[in-house]
Amino acid sequence: MTNADKNRLKDKAFQVFGVFCTFIGLVVLAIFLIDIIIEGASRIDWDFLTSLPSRRASRAGIYTAWVGTLWVLVLTSIIAFPLGIAAGVYLEEYSKKTKMANFLEINIANLAGVPSIIYGLLGMEMFGRIMGLGGSLLAGALTLSLLILPIIIVTTREAIKAVPRSIRDASYALGASKWQTTWNQVLPASFGGIMTGIILSLSRAVGEAAPLIVIGALAYVPFVPTSPTDEFTVLPIQIFNWTSRPQADFLVNAAAAIIILLLITFILNGIAVYLRNKWQKRVKW
Amino acid sequence: MLRVVTSVYRTQYITIFPLRVQERIIEGLLWLSAAITILITAAIIWVLLSESVRFFSEVSIIDFLTDDEWTPLFAEKHFGIMPLVAGTLLTTAIAIAVALPIGLTIAVYLNEYAPARFKQTVKPLLEILATIPTVVYGFFALTVVTPFLQGIIPTLAGFNALSAGIVMGIMIIPMISSLSEDAISAVPRSLREAAYGMGSTRLQTAFGVMVPAASSGIVVSVILAISRAVGETMIVAIAAGQQPRLTANPLVPIETITTYIVQVSLGDVPHGSLEYRTIFAAGITLFIFTFALNNLSFWIKKKYQEKYD
Repeated sequence: MTNADKNRLKDKAFQVFGVFCTFIGLVVLAIFLIDIIIEGASRIDWDFLTSLPSRRASRAGIYTAWVGTLWVLVLTSIIAFPLGIAAGVYLEEYSKKTKMANFLEINIANLAGVPSIIYGLLGMEMFGRIMGLGGSLLAGALTLSLLILPIIIVTTREAIKAVPRSIRDASYALGASKWQTTWNQVLPASFGGIMTGIILSLSRAVGEAAPLIVIGALAYVPFVPTSPTDEFTVLPIQIFNWTSRPQADFLVNAAAAIIILLLITFILNGIAVYLRNKWQKRVKW
Repeated sequence: MLRVVTSVYRTQYITIFPLRVQERIIEGLLWLSAAITILITAAIIWVLLSESVRFFSEVSIIDFLTDDEWTPLFAEKHFGIMPLVAGTLLTTAIAIAVALPIGLTIAVYLNEYAPARFKQTVKPLLEILATIPTVVYGFFALTVVTPFLQGIIPTLAGFNALSAGIVMGIMIIPMISSLSEDAISAVPRSLREAAYGMGSTRLQTAFGVMVPAASSGIVVSVILAISRAVGETMIVAIAAGQQPRLTANPLVPIETITTYIVQVSLGDVPHGSLEYRTIFAAGITLFIFTFALNNLSFWIKKKYQEKYD
């Protein structure tokens, strides 16, 4: 065998290995989803969705968990979206290339890299103890808002960056002010990108358990929260709680709750992908 | 043209006073929103420091760094962070050992071998791996991977670093593959064509030219993946155990820094006690690790990024 033959063989071998690696993750994912569905799908019925938690696995449901998740998502959206979009607009449209702007940028990149559990410690002290919110929905939503803020800021900036200079110039030429230009031209033009970002950030928030455990969200909440100051639980915490129990029946419950959680995550991501594709096709500068 | 436009706009500013005021107020509000991010960083550091300082007034920092036992919740208390650090590094090392070869191979394969349409289909599919909530991965590690591995390694404990690390590795594959792929595809075509022109195979081109040329980007992707794995909580909290021990053995239960914080948060430790402060001491250790890694990656990105334009 000549050297060239050997090299060609190695080349082919790597190609096979490449296909193998590309699919191994997806195969594991598929095995996992099938396993979860086999284990949990039969447990999902109307009672499971509308029952309160219980010490008996067969009676326990996820009513408080998904209502809690819904509350957290709504409150987090109200807090994080305006802040994140405003910060993104400032950094992209207003801020000049100063040292301060550079510092802000590095700072946001750093915040994006802080582990979620550290946000939990921050939330527990700041919102739970100092602001006196304890383990309430509001404390949880504020904590998750800080967590997803960097994602919203970064995606907002990218969306705004994609709007061409000529749109702004045309608006200024018609006598519009900076804010009029931003509000009437730049934001509508980047709407699709911003929406994609905030939905992705929500799908991140919906799966978070660690920071909420730290601020004191409970695994066992025998009632459905009715106001932002109520105690709460969310789906990921319920899943964690059921997974940590030794009885096999609770693992079935966990699998069923995972199906619901994955459905929510996939739907949110699906919407984000749909919006991205739709906007990319429609807007051609 | 641009100058004309901006001058028109400046005139408007001066002549219409209320609009000018309004513009200033809006700009101020926007600035405030951006500035809040600095407040968040300051608050994180302040919270971690203030509680840690109280912790270190009771426990000497030398004990914290050198004691090889971590038993703050027991009658006989030891406050050596090393067992938790060891647990964290062990699961991280396993995760990277899984994710780096697979992720880098995917990046090279998609760039140098795969048809463009295949790449377009596979990339979003791989991204699904990164969107699955980590608590779900934890369930997977505990109920599928551990029993499966116990069939191969009978001595494997029910809670262990191995399954948690492997599953964490699967989770961060897309992080390494997509960031490395971006880095490789940023290498100009001319380099690849030069290599082909010399008679290189695709493999020789990939690992002799493209990967070295994209090395800074690949290193950045690995550092960010390490930082992600160090801070990962739910997978290890579910599948790796809650027994802090100074070991490199992946078959026995261990405890990571993040798991310890979860463990204490779930329990009933009174606020203001020394036990309560241990989670901030653990937290600041974790924060220092990830902060250093993240900034190292920014620095490499800035300093070593090849400019081909």
